[in-house]
Amino acid sequence: MEISVTVNGANQSSEVEPRTLLVYYLRDELGLTGTNVGCDTSSCGACTVHVNGESVKSCTMLAVQADGQEVTTIEGLAPSADELHPMQQSFQDNHGLQCGYCTPGMVMAACSLLDENPSPSEAEVREGLEGNLCRCTGYHNIVKAVLACSGQDVS
Amino acid sequence: MIPAAFDYKKADSAEEAIALIAEHGDEAKLLAGGHSLIPMMKLRLAVPSVLVDIAGVNDLSYIDDRDDHIAIGALAKHRSLETSDLLISECPILAHVASKVGDPQVRHRGTLGGSLAHSDPASDLPAVVLALGGSLVAQGPNGEREIGVADFFTGYFESALAEDEMLTEVRIPKAPGSNWNYQKFNRRAQDWAIVGVAAVEVQGATQVSLVNMGSVPLRASAVEAALAGGASAAEAAEAAAEGTEPPTDLNASPEYRSHLARVLTRRALEAGGVS
Repeated sequence: MEISVTVNGANQSSEVEPRTLLVYYLRDELGLTGTNVGCDTSSCGACTVHVNGESVKSCTMLAVQADGQEVTTIEGLAPSADELHPMQQSFQDNHGLQCGYCTPGMVMAACSLLDENPSPSEAEVREGLEGNLCRCTGYHNIVKAVLACSGQDVS
Repeated sequence: MIPAAFDYKKADSAEEAIALIAEHGDEAKLLAGGHSLIPMMKLRLAVPSVLVDIAGVNDLSYIDDRDDHIAIGALAKHRSLETSDLLISECPILAHVASKVGDPQVRHRGTLGGSLAHSDPASDLPAVVLALGGSLVAQGPNGEREIGVADFFTGYFESALAEDEMLTEVRIPKAPGSNWNYQKFNRRAQDWAIVGVAAVEVQGATQVSLVNMGSVPLRASAVEAALAGGASAAEAAEAAAEGTEPPTDLNASPEYRSHLARVLTRRALEAGGVS
């Protein structure tokens, strides 16, 4: 089936099988491998992307459901090749990652969280990221990165 | 995991969706947010040969004030319920419980109608709508009918919807004020409730329902009767597991679930001030 999706600002027209999951469309068809497949069961959030500006788990959405929609992946966040998005920078500054596997999804979920709640409390950040699992950091520095990116003092 | 192959049809209106499911019978499934159906298709627990995508039926996402009740389009997303000013003021328990479903990503996609039609007894929203005592509107080839929520859940993952019917609207009574509470007991973030209890005062009566205490969401009738007869919250809560058949699984035995139902009911009644 023919779909037309705006991915990171560029229009993409592709022929996909209806059963193709959005995450495999992004990775295998478009070569956007920044979005990771983790659990593949809607639990871990590693595959989080934005659809029309909201965080979704791309392993639980069909590519055909994205027809006519706007998708943003981790590759589309940074303003240029030489500059990180403020959330990516904050993860780096606050050591919000270790192995890095959850990071693309974590950053996408965090951006969506701040869009909806620009100045969250620590508890709200923890609850807001409950759909994303990290097995390395123990979450503390991730939460710190998100709070710092929202302009709050985390020192 | 990739779902088995299927034909994909996109419906732009409820009428078109109903015509498609009527044409394809039990081979077809309606796809709304997909956050129950797609995981089941990946696991081959559901293998529809036709998927009718209704997510684009935009006129079913409303949350409207209809004077004596609130009407919610079946495709209203959990996130819209959670942030609806109308619900926060006129039916705060529904807005609150919507915010407890899954995680933010799930709530950006999942719909109220999808959750009710899926009829999972472990889901939060079916039990809350049951506690509120609302009704559901089903549209079929021959028009609409209204189904009381007490008659809607007919079995494990089964509802009163006919094969060629689509759930289009949920009507709930207004239940403003602070006399409500929802207790969801689980061990990990984003898990389903091992047991959940909703308690809410609707037009002066305390109504209580149970999540995951049987094959369908259940009203805790014995608790409601005890309260109506003047029992305290603690006394009434002792009856919470009466008439239930709680499932057994890795998380809990039926005995433990019954214990949880009693404890959580007492907490819900006391915290909600609805005894």
